Amino acid sequence: MITFLSYLCSGISLGSIYAIIALGYSMVYGIAKMLNFAHGDVIMIGAYICFCATQYWGMAPITSVVVAMVVCTLLGVVIERLAYKPLRAASSLAVLITAIGMSYLLQNSALLIWGANPKSFPSVVSIGSISLFDGQLLISGETIVTVLANIVIMIALTLFTGKTKLGKAMRVVSEDKGAAELMGINVNATISLTFAIGSALAAIAGVLLCSAYPALTPTTGSMPGIKAFTAAVFGGIGSIPGALIGGLLLGVIEILGKAYVSTELGDAFVFAVLIVVLLVKPTGLLGKKVHEKV
Amino acid sequence: MKTRKLLAAVLALAMALSLCTAASAEGAIKIGVIGPMTGGAAVYGTAVANGAKIAVEEINALGGLQIELDIQDDEHDAEKAINAYNNTMDNDTQMILGTVTTNPCIAVSAQAFEERVFMLTPSASSPKVTEGKDNMYQVCFTDPAQGVASAEMIVEKKLGTKVGIIYNNSDAYSTGIYQSFIVKAKELGLEVVAETTFASDDNADFSVQIAACKNAGADLVFLPIYYTPASLILAQAKAVEYAPTFFGVDGMDGILTLEGFDKSLAEGVMLLTPFSAASTDEKTQSFVGKYVAAYGEEPNQFAADAYDGIYALYTAVQNAGITPDTPAEEACEKLIAEFATLQVSGLTGELAWAPSGEVTKVPYVYVIKDGAYAKME
Repeated sequence: MITFLSYLCSGISLGSIYAIIALGYSMVYGIAKMLNFAHGDVIMIGAYICFCATQYWGMAPITSVVVAMVVCTLLGVVIERLAYKPLRAASSLAVLITAIGMSYLLQNSALLIWGANPKSFPSVVSIGSISLFDGQLLISGETIVTVLANIVIMIALTLFTGKTKLGKAMRVVSEDKGAAELMGINVNATISLTFAIGSALAAIAGVLLCSAYPALTPTTGSMPGIKAFTAAVFGGIGSIPGALIGGLLLGVIEILGKAYVSTELGDAFVFAVLIVVLLVKPTGLLGKKVHEKV
Repeated sequence: MKTRKLLAAVLALAMALSLCTAASAEGAIKIGVIGPMTGGAAVYGTAVANGAKIAVEEINALGGLQIELDIQDDEHDAEKAINAYNNTMDNDTQMILGTVTTNPCIAVSAQAFEERVFMLTPSASSPKVTEGKDNMYQVCFTDPAQGVASAEMIVEKKLGTKVGIIYNNSDAYSTGIYQSFIVKAKELGLEVVAETTFASDDNADFSVQIAACKNAGADLVFLPIYYTPASLILAQAKAVEYAPTFFGVDGMDGILTLEGFDKSLAEGVMLLTPFSAASTDEKTQSFVGKYVAAYGEEPNQFAADAYDGIYALYTAVQNAGITPDTPAEEACEKLIAEFATLQVSGLTGELAWAPSGEVTKVPYVYVIKDGAYAKME
């Protein structure tokens, strides 16, 4: 029983990382209606910036996270401006391919700047782990912080898109860009804002990812990025609470699959989930079914 | 119009310069270096290129026989490696130091065998690399040799009684060591209580594998893997308060130079490796000093193997009387004859070669104490 609980805990700690990445994915998809496959690589850049800030520039962990957020926000806006904005009227396939290209560009830029040698990321989380059942069950500080960060971000995003003017503008843009423009909403600025928020979230995700799993390389973001995309689809892409639930469930499925079936097939379970969801409930757990109006 | 003329002038100048460099290279033995210089495995390819460059600088500074390297990127991809091989052969390469990683090396060596080009890989350690090819030699240990030596060492030094293993079964290197280890362990009566795997270099969560070893009561965990996943395993084992003896192989070398790594995690970790940058040996120290000065980081075993590889080729080329005008096919036959008796004293030990292409040298066991390697006698 304790063994099962400890696996469950590992699953939740892994899942909370997927969830926090998936939040960014879902947010950008929900508003801009595009899959930003470079999201995973923005995460990696965020982690590198935080690493540099603590190791080379001698900043405190909290300040380094803020620095990483600022840099990623700027990066997100610049990427959107240079790579995605000129394709606003193009087919979604063209945008998707551009996003994949951007992903490789970021990875190889990181390779040029920081080199191929992996770096060990010092955790920014300073609280210790919680011990339950006489130390048989340990919950790490990173897990606690990640779960809390998830909840805070989820509530903040829900309130932001539901209550504020800017948030409402975002929702309008996501429904109908043309109509939004007619209503006097600056569509380009709104989409830029979406990317800014999504990229700031990516920085937080990168820092937490590397705090929990401290190996940092230029490809660090790609696999978690793809898994988080799966989590976002699982939960219902575009849905903010869906991203959280999808992420957590996916993490638990991966760990339990590894523990009770085969350690080799961990990734296979994750992607099997993606296939099953797409076949059975393409809108995901919490996704809304949108009828195309002709 | 003006800019266009200027551009033409610049291009003409560039062309003239490139002709100059080509001309200056005449009179040098041309060695092709193939490996992943970019992409996920770039850490190994760049280390090999850097180690080789240091050896070449030393040799060229001696005067006499000059060496020129032609470094080609294969991105750790078999198909691109074939292209890289064809590129370097088009550049009149006479012999090849490479390729760095196993799968591309198997592909390239097959073609080099057909075309009779001599290859010496610094680091592709699978026996499949040399199998059935008389032109293919290795500087590194083969994977099975490491597995056997590890099992023997654990039994001989009584390092553990119940062994858990975590290996990467998507990686030929890791699987090769594991397979020979398990056979030897059985033969020596070493009890293996847990065998767990992971399937990708990008894998970050080892909680399940660690729990399996912990629950099985393993007092020694054998890690035939590279140091990046090993660093994650050490951190995650500590998080669940599991502290067995960790025993690694040459892939573990480099863990102490991992930037930002908390060295206390590696306290007591043992590893079997022919090269350590921490060695007090004079030759090693000089190499490490030059490497750090040139590239700003400590060399790993890949760099050392490449350095030894260049010296092995240099010695063999001199003995066999190969000149910059010798065609690749002729150089190949001469080098094969020469490697049968060649002995080189390098950074990774006293090197000699079996006709199969496999190297014979002695590995050492190091234990990490106070954040540094200490040789275990």
